Amino acid sequence: MFQRPLLLNTVLAVAVTATLGLGTAAISQAADQYVPLPTYRVGPYASSGTLWWAGTLDYFRYINEVEGGINGVKINYEEFETEWSPDRTVEVYERVKKGKNGSPLAFFFTHSTPASYALIEKAAIDKIPLIDPAGGRTESTDGTVFPYAFPLLFNYYSQASTGIKYIAQKEGGLDKLKGKKIVTVYHDSAYGRETQAAIKLLAEKYGFENIQIPVADPGNEQSPQWRRVREIKPDWVFLRTWGVSTPVAIKTAARFGIPVDHIIGDVWAGSEADVIPAGTAAKGYQALAPYPGGASFDIHQKLKKHILDTGKSDLRDKKFFGAVYYNIGLVNAVLAVEALRTGYNKFGNRPLNGEEGRWAFEHLVIDDARLKKIGFYGLLQPLRITPEDHEGGGAARIQQWDGKQWQLKTDWIQADRTLLRPLVEAKSAAYAKEKGITRRDPSKEK
Amino acid sequence: MLFLETLIGGLLAGTMYSLVAIGFVLIYKASGVFNFAQGSILLFSALLFVTLHEAGVPFVVAILLTILALVLLAILIEKLVLRPLTNRSPMTLFMATLGLSYAIEGIAQGVMGATVHELDLGIDDVPIFIGDLLVSQFDLVAAVTAVILVTVLALLFNQTRIGISLRAVADDTRAALSIGINLNHIWQIVWAVAGMTGLVAGILWGARQGVQFSLSLVVLKALPVLIIGGFTSIGGAIAGGLIVGASENLAEAYIGPAIGGGITGWFAYFLALAFLFIRPAGLFGERAIERV
Repeated sequence: MFQRPLLLNTVLAVAVTATLGLGTAAISQAADQYVPLPTYRVGPYASSGTLWWAGTLDYFRYINEVEGGINGVKINYEEFETEWSPDRTVEVYERVKKGKNGSPLAFFFTHSTPASYALIEKAAIDKIPLIDPAGGRTESTDGTVFPYAFPLLFNYYSQASTGIKYIAQKEGGLDKLKGKKIVTVYHDSAYGRETQAAIKLLAEKYGFENIQIPVADPGNEQSPQWRRVREIKPDWVFLRTWGVSTPVAIKTAARFGIPVDHIIGDVWAGSEADVIPAGTAAKGYQALAPYPGGASFDIHQKLKKHILDTGKSDLRDKKFFGAVYYNIGLVNAVLAVEALRTGYNKFGNRPLNGEEGRWAFEHLVIDDARLKKIGFYGLLQPLRITPEDHEGGGAARIQQWDGKQWQLKTDWIQADRTLLRPLVEAKSAAYAKEKGITRRDPSKEK
Repeated sequence: MLFLETLIGGLLAGTMYSLVAIGFVLIYKASGVFNFAQGSILLFSALLFVTLHEAGVPFVVAILLTILALVLLAILIEKLVLRPLTNRSPMTLFMATLGLSYAIEGIAQGVMGATVHELDLGIDDVPIFIGDLLVSQFDLVAAVTAVILVTVLALLFNQTRIGISLRAVADDTRAALSIGINLNHIWQIVWAVAGMTGLVAGILWGARQGVQFSLSLVVLKALPVLIIGGFTSIGGAIAGGLIVGASENLAEAYIGPAIGGGITGWFAYFLALAFLFIRPAGLFGERAIERV
């Protein structure tokens, strides 16, 4: 019988394993917690994805190899390439929702607002929590209607409120906003339009003029939009673009004489990938930072010692250690780790299922003392999730690009969540009515 | 004044689209293949150039090394993809370029990384005022580059033996073969030249938006340009680019606010659709006449 050479067999085995997406998975055991990760290391958004999952994987490796897991339970992570395509993320969800190797699925990171929209009904039926920090469907902040959706940290309404609050700080107070012109240049998509209701409410309350200007995807030619901005002569511009539309916006704004230090970028327009291509035009640009850039936080020292310096890092180009997207990956990972720890403390040190995962996230508390202990103080805001409130934070710092790196300009600026909550509840009530959902009463749950 | 400024800005922006479209025209003229991989070649060339330049290779040397790589790539594509598919239908060849596109994108990002690079050509994207008219200095440079590129290509096609052979293959492949023109050699040259036009477009677009994967998506704007200008005419690619650039800028300025959405993403396709009804071969395209 024909025998393949050993080398060929090995190559084939490696190729098949890699094709099945098992190449990066840790060796799994029934006692490990299975965590699938829809990723985008190739495709249009690869420049952010490669850094994001380097951060996430580095932290998971740190937890597994240095801390011995979470209360002794190791994380069995597995990547699935989606190219940020919602249909592929839905496919990944269907493949992993029953868990793996004896471990059920405690939660599912969507890593994309469109995917969160696509999965929200399925996940509620399957009882799998969808985790989408600083993204997702804003009204899913209301856990009484959306028990299985978690737009953690900083939903889109909070992004709008924090941006306006910072502008007010610069103007000398919220009362000074009256009569000001604030233009929002936004990516013409569900993501880009998600803040409009909140900004409209804030404009009515504080008396500023709210002008919304859309940019069609991908946004690599924006002269008409910025010509219009120049005609309006705004006091401030809130930039809610994504991907290549951000550096093009910054450069085009400079061409039309809009001062860059009066442009405030939102969460997804505030990374190195957004400013480096814009060159000198981006110097002075500011952005909301629920995930600040920088490698001076305590966790970075731990990772450098145990992961980077030992050659275990997933980061290919070490100059991006502490880049915004790397830190996004870290923060996402620590949210998962801390929620699982909360769950293990309640249910025992074993893999959690979706309902237990929901309980864990709904009782996640990370205060300043805890942040200091785990090395995330200053990088992650204090967080308290409840069954009614699936956001839990609602704050961001402001960072400014100095031409080489981000400099933090402020401490955490808290969104006006009391003002915004009725807006969230009105939208969640409309959703509940449309879908025939009865609002849950968490006080009657065990 | 606003109308005039928008119109001029649009025309200048349109030349950037034309630069991308020219690469498609060259290959379509010589082989009748719509090269889906042109965007990937554009990405590959810009990424290779900027990677070399960042590694300390001088600007001109990096350009020459990238051109060398594009020539090698063209030879490989001809030998490994096109030659085995000789005499297959245009649809088969189109599907082959589709596969090629994914292969080039994946290899380029796998070898050179997926992170974003700044590309500074030393041309400030600052406004120039002609009276009250604001014109982009960068767009002016791009327009001049397009003119130079078209002139060089015109000389290549009209004044050299290779160019005349190319035109012979484009006009009648069988007749060209019968007089001894080496078709494989011609394809290698055409793919290499199309790669070089991709390099020029990639460098200019890369300077505007950074060198990253999304560069490969600028070719999406080339399709309406080709439908309007015609798939077989370099002059048509220029005219199509100007029409698309000017009309989408004017539409965004005057129609967009009225309908409340960013319309540059689809307006060019809408315009191309209208042209398909009126003039299916485009403004300067050759009408296909087939015996049935």
